[in-house]
Amino acid sequence: MNLDFSRVTPSLPYILEGIYITLQVVALAALLGFALGIILSLFKISSIKPLNWLADFYTSIFRGTPLVLQLMLIYFGSPQVFGIQIEPFTAAFLSFGLNSAAYISEIIRAGILAVDKGQKEAAVALGVPYRKMMTDIILPQAMKNILPALMNEMITLTKESAVVTIIGLNDIMRRAYIVGGQSYRFFEPILIAGLVYYVLVMILTIAGKLVERRMRRSD
Amino acid sequence: MIKIDNLHKNFEKLEVLKGINTGIKEGEVVAIIGPSGSGKSTLLRCINLLEQPTEGSIWINGEEITSKKTNILKVRAKVGMVFQHFHLFPHKTVLQNLTYAPIKVKGLTKKEAEGKGRDLLQRVGLAEKADEYPSRLSGGQKQRVAIARALAMDPEVMLFDEPTSALDPEMVKEVLEVMKSLAHTGMTMAIVTHEMGFAREVADRVLFLDGGQLVEDAKPSEFFSSPKTQRAKDFLEKIL
Repeated sequence: MNLDFSRVTPSLPYILEGIYITLQVVALAALLGFALGIILSLFKISSIKPLNWLADFYTSIFRGTPLVLQLMLIYFGSPQVFGIQIEPFTAAFLSFGLNSAAYISEIIRAGILAVDKGQKEAAVALGVPYRKMMTDIILPQAMKNILPALMNEMITLTKESAVVTIIGLNDIMRRAYIVGGQSYRFFEPILIAGLVYYVLVMILTIAGKLVERRMRRSD
Repeated sequence: MIKIDNLHKNFEKLEVLKGINTGIKEGEVVAIIGPSGSGKSTLLRCINLLEQPTEGSIWINGEEITSKKTNILKVRAKVGMVFQHFHLFPHKTVLQNLTYAPIKVKGLTKKEAEGKGRDLLQRVGLAEKADEYPSRLSGGQKQRVAIARALAMDPEVMLFDEPTSALDPEMVKEVLEVMKSLAHTGMTMAIVTHEMGFAREVADRVLFLDGGQLVEDAKPSEFFSSPKTQRAKDFLEKIL
């Protein structure tokens, strides 16, 4: 095996700058996915049937089709649907966020259902309104249980974000690919990109463990 | 203070309460006893609408809480409830358990609620546990905190659903002591219990339920020494 990084090292800063783009996409997608995921999960456990159907339908669409297809639909479909071409960046975080919301809503729903129903009764018996009960009593306990699953989703999101290459967003993956094309050596830049993703995921994993430990304080 | 009129409760096809008529006077301590499945807990849970009655009505202080116009949350804020399994909020400290509802429901300031919370903890003998999490407490301590949590809302009546049934035997007494002292302050109380000694000593009245019906309603001294019905006799024979 002949590895030669010398022709790639000048482009290293260029590849690393992609981290910024990747992180932005992931962070916005995670926020969108989490916010929408909570709303969808509340729809799913609601006693109002149409809300159940709506949320289940949403989930089935976004879980039932490939992520890369959703990305392309949003990016290439936007001129026909909205009459404007949206930026690759917008298309990226929108599609990842909307996709992630489907998975996160399932995770949160399971987390809410796993909270002892006595907690709800205790809150209700104290006269606590539904909304406050959810935000102050049920969701914090649900979050604690589902943190590992949420971390998993974040990790998946970080790695899957590499498919934005396909709509030409300059993330880590695409930059590595461009450097490969310019230097006629693909192996080394893509190895570097792999290492960058790995380090990002490791940092996420450690951060997740720290948060989890903090949340387990009350045990 | 509480009036219960022709109360029915069905779960699907199962008829749990078959027309209960009774009442609780202000300051009265009522023990609700009976075999398991007799509807004791359901009766109690109807009083703060944790269960919606299928038929019949309940009044608290002249207000019909079973009416559709009633604000259920307001009713519940006035009725304290203590559960068999405590149901403390595990992610909140003992003091936060006591201050949460007063702040969020009654609109007390944090300072007011904490002052009051600490007083109540003192009263149930757990002042030094204020900043612990519930997981660090014994069962008896948890139940005393749960009682304090309910009292923090200044309820007009306290409901106890088998408050000592989930406790180790050596912890039953500390909880009963707290309840006894609460009864002495003139609190109106309804207690579903299997502690016959406690019912006999503290209660003003005993309601004996069997098969979803109120079979006897008597003073403890009368009920325990000379029950009128055969069903009550059989029940007492089995447990005493």
